Amino acid sequence: MKEQFVEGLKDGIPIALGYLSVSFSVGIMVLASGMNAFQGALMSFSNMTSAGQFAGIAVIASGGTLLELILTQLVINLRYALMSLSLSQKLPEDISLWKRMVIAFANTDEIFAVAMGHAKTLTFPYMIGLQCLPILGWTSGTVLGAVAGQVLPTAIGSALSVALYGMFIAVVVPVAAKIRPVLCIAAIAAFLSCIIYYIPLFSGISTGMSIIICTILASVIGALIFPVPQESEKMEE
Amino acid sequence: MIYLYILAMALVTYLIRMIPLTVFRKKITSQFICSFLYYVPYACLTAMTIPAVFYATNSLLSALAGVTVAVILAFSRRNLVTVAAGACLAVFIVEQFML
Repeated sequence: MKEQFVEGLKDGIPIALGYLSVSFSVGIMVLASGMNAFQGALMSFSNMTSAGQFAGIAVIASGGTLLELILTQLVINLRYALMSLSLSQKLPEDISLWKRMVIAFANTDEIFAVAMGHAKTLTFPYMIGLQCLPILGWTSGTVLGAVAGQVLPTAIGSALSVALYGMFIAVVVPVAAKIRPVLCIAAIAAFLSCIIYYIPLFSGISTGMSIIICTILASVIGALIFPVPQESEKMEE
Repeated sequence: MIYLYILAMALVTYLIRMIPLTVFRKKITSQFICSFLYYVPYACLTAMTIPAVFYATNSLLSALAGVTVAVILAFSRRNLVTVAAGACLAVFIVEQFML
């Protein structure tokens, strides 16, 4: 039990370091929107989402309504429902309700990716260990960003803004390089995303909505053209 | 007021993550749904990255450099941090010394 927790902690270290650097830019945004470092820390700790927080901060900064904020979060974070659904398939069925409610708290893109790639059976101690350091990294990085934001030159801010995308690339590319269907689905998603972004007809579609449309369309196409053999985890090996 | 907004964000995000993890506890046997769920993270992360990453920095050129370095590092199976740091460094170098 303790070993599984420690194994989770270790697997969480690279995610935590990544979050520490990425959330730095969240901290800078928090400051620019008129919130203080404590509010930023509270938001990062309780939300544990990159795109969702970026959008949420923008709504708060522009004086949007509570309803507008809730809708934005619902749309942009809906993909987590799909990830949680995926994760629930990999979790052993005997993991109890309250443990699932705890595990759900920080089911982020990267924690989800590591959990799904974990070769052994997922356990509650492993999942808790896996989430601890990333939560700490994401929260403390936000504080550091908000504190250092005042003195940081814009050149560094510009460079740091690709950190998040770098992490996304680090998750997708190794799998796409090895598994042809994943490469095709990623290419389709990129293609659809560009169409929505560049064609004026679709300019009314928000960023969050675009992510959902591309995700669902590309994944449905993938499921129809390249059905995954029932032991889907085996494709990772 | 800010705290109410933060609470609302946290609550919506948590419920989105929690409900599918607690309600759907039986294994899904449909091959279509399993396949769909298998592709979701890759489709979603790619759609979030492209084309947004090309407009995330001060110039398209530096963004291209960042993406190129990230793809090369990821292809040679470096960890998340190395890839992210490499991308940041490439952007910084291009913006400081080549533009």
